[in-house]
Amino acid sequence: MKPPLPNIENPPACCRGGLFSSILPLVLFGFLCLAWPRVVQGDIFAVQWAWVPSLDLDLAFRLDGLGLLFSLIITMTGFFVTLYASTYMAGYPHLGRFFFYLHGFMLAMLGIVLADNLLLLFIFWEATTILSFLLIGFNHESTDARESARQALLVTGGGGLFLLMGILLIKAAGFPMGLSLLAASGDLIRSHVLYPAIFICILVGAMTKSAQVPFHFWLPNAMTAPTPISAFLHAATMVKAGIYLLLRLHPAMAGTPLWTGTLVIIGGITALWGAIQALGPCDLKRVLAYTTLMALGVLTLFAGGQTVLSLTAAATFLMVHALYKAALFLAVGSIDHQTGTRDLEHLEGLLKCMPLTALAVAGATLSMAGFPLFFGFIGKEIMYEGALAQEMFPVFATIATLMSNALMTAVAAVILITPFAGPPGGKLSLVCEAPWTMRLGPAIMGTLGIIFGIMPEWVSANLVQPAVFSIHPDREDIRLVFFHGINLPLLLSILTLALGSLIYRHRILLRYRVETFMQRLWITTPVLYQRALEAFLSLAGSFTGKIQNGSLHFYLFVTIFTMVVAVGWPWIFHIPAALVLPETVGPLIAFGLFAFILASTGVVVTARKRLSAIGGLGGVGSGVALTFLVFGAPDIALTQLLVETLTVIFVSLVLLRLPPIDAVQKRSCSRTIRDACLSLGAGLVLTTVLMGVLQVPLDRSLTAFFENHAYLAAHGRNIVNVILVDFRSLDTLGEICVVVLAAWAAVTLIRRPKEG
Amino acid sequence: MESFLAIVVGLMVSAAFFLMLSGVLIRFVFGLILMGNAVNLLIFTAGRLAPVNPPLIGAKQTLLAAPAANALPQALILTAIVIGFAMTIFMLILLFRTHDQTRTLDADQDRFILETDKTDLPDITGQKVQE
Repeated sequence: MKPPLPNIENPPACCRGGLFSSILPLVLFGFLCLAWPRVVQGDIFAVQWAWVPSLDLDLAFRLDGLGLLFSLIITMTGFFVTLYASTYMAGYPHLGRFFFYLHGFMLAMLGIVLADNLLLLFIFWEATTILSFLLIGFNHESTDARESARQALLVTGGGGLFLLMGILLIKAAGFPMGLSLLAASGDLIRSHVLYPAIFICILVGAMTKSAQVPFHFWLPNAMTAPTPISAFLHAATMVKAGIYLLLRLHPAMAGTPLWTGTLVIIGGITALWGAIQALGPCDLKRVLAYTTLMALGVLTLFAGGQTVLSLTAAATFLMVHALYKAALFLAVGSIDHQTGTRDLEHLEGLLKCMPLTALAVAGATLSMAGFPLFFGFIGKEIMYEGALAQEMFPVFATIATLMSNALMTAVAAVILITPFAGPPGGKLSLVCEAPWTMRLGPAIMGTLGIIFGIMPEWVSANLVQPAVFSIHPDREDIRLVFFHGINLPLLLSILTLALGSLIYRHRILLRYRVETFMQRLWITTPVLYQRALEAFLSLAGSFTGKIQNGSLHFYLFVTIFTMVVAVGWPWIFHIPAALVLPETVGPLIAFGLFAFILASTGVVVTARKRLSAIGGLGGVGSGVALTFLVFGAPDIALTQLLVETLTVIFVSLVLLRLPPIDAVQKRSCSRTIRDACLSLGAGLVLTTVLMGVLQVPLDRSLTAFFENHAYLAAHGRNIVNVILVDFRSLDTLGEICVVVLAAWAAVTLIRRPKEG
Repeated sequence: MESFLAIVVGLMVSAAFFLMLSGVLIRFVFGLILMGNAVNLLIFTAGRLAPVNPPLIGAKQTLLAAPAANALPQALILTAIVIGFAMTIFMLILLFRTHDQTRTLDADQDRFILETDKTDLPDITGQKVQE
């Protein structure tokens, strides 16, 4: 870790373009607010344009409670992050690109949560994957950034393919692609024979995107992205796309033991695993990344439930987490920006220098720890209620939630106390507060954490209830309240705080234990991923080495063989019908010419001397020219004769400077036979195909057009010439260009390059 | 008559492929020239051979008086001959240059394969390809 480098001068630099572009998310947020009251009343805004009707792919968008909740989070975080990035990223190269990716990502994310068509959703899903790749690898000169970006792309992109497979399976099972239509046919889907396959494919898609164990490892590594990106993509929005998908498909697919059991177990394991690992690292961003894993695990766990309580817990915790996690990431970024480090071991006593940031962090961490009066407390209460009411594995769900919450409390304490408490040491005392653009987001989101905590009824009526109602048929009022009375969830909350403080007290020992435990694991998915990647690359390398071995013979053999098989296979049953005995009527001279052509060809093939080969070539060329002449084509006969003469001259000129033909190793007999068989096979295929062509009547309408218009329209009597220079004169121009290019290239090649 | 020519075309194509497969670059070019001629004949044959009058409109006439040979394939072949010629010349120069560089015209020789297989492109992992 680099030593702290306080950013004392605090450059007021700010990327104006970025600052102005923050208007976009703000305006979108404003529009959503306009639609908000009507969505709360149960109205749904929907638009639809046909796009590819044959694929059942429409540009269909639909704003309901769930979409609204996610869109509000996306645009609000998007606004703060853009504002923040305009200062944080000032001075970086390629800022235009950065803000373009950022806003592109935001729109793609909005597309996911508003799309009312599974295929459309998939397109936006992939767009977020690609933009996430570009944003993680934004600092593309760093190897780490490139590696992490590639890892994220491969994992989430691979999961995207699974999602596509799931969607196609749904399509193959005969269900509509429209999400609202799909929701109505839930019972049919659940009882369909393909349901388990569909479920697994969609699950893998959601798990990779939302970083569930065992696909979780890309998320902590994605922290090499600039901090605003981590806050936006990898805490508040993109990683929730998987959760969104699970919630969105809830009416269509949830309710089976398979769904509930799998999600509860995977979610519980991810939550615990993330929370335990959060104790390990010293890098504040990595700590936050692991806590994000925990949050995503908990969300998956609750998305598995079927009860209103479980879904309420998911929707509430989604908001709790988005508010505190984005605020914390931005605040950590501020610390990094102002002090030059985000290593817990180097940070202390920042309270004096950065009091406003400290306040925002305090608000966010207290919410994260779930202290009463904060929104996190409400979230935790409802989580316990939801976990206790889980249909399957309620004990496991409760224990997983309890343990991960306790660990979260401890981690919250670490994040709040370590950097800010104590006297500022060394150069850290010179640090000053971040500019307002970087403070605004954490401050407002931290404050919202308190406001929502004090008035949970408003939140439940305006945000949670519409979201849950849009994916659950029950219409029982959902009310989050500040105090439920003394009950089991309250006791669990108290237990959480107690356990959390216990863990905080022993954090150093625990950190050591976690580290040694991680080292002892004999196999982990990151290692598996690395091995698979290396194996894949070496396989690709050896495969390329085999099929691209540099042998001209091999390439040609494969190409001709493929041609023979690809054309011959479907053609083989037509060969007997096509093969006709040639009738021997016709001008006698033609037969003489054919014999001459074949004899000359034979000479070329068997020639051991250059001169005889050249003679044979000339024979073939002039034989062909005379054939043209005999069958009424004097123009091409003339051209052919001219070209043939020139070709023979050129070939002679070049060959005189080259070694003799037989100055090569003798080819093996078996190879010659093999080549001959393949060549004869190709000739046979071509002959029979041509004979087949000759048996179908010729459509002369095009020729008739030229014959009728050659004089009347183009005033030429030679029809062939008229076609070339008038009707198809652009083709002739192209032909001339080819000749010029070939001559140009030949001249360049023939010049000897200067030595050295 | 056409089916007779179809056999001629097939044999010419066989000869061309056989020459190209030989691995001797001079014979490869011969094969290519043969192939050009064969394909021109193929197009010609596919346009039918029956009437032997050239497609010319007589003086003081505005339309063809008698049925004539198919003009369309002729136009196509005329273009093909010229382009084929350009390609042949280019191949010949390439042959000349290849011999200049590798001192061999045997495409099966290691010397030839090594010379034409040199690559400085980095592979996906960013390391140089091992020779």
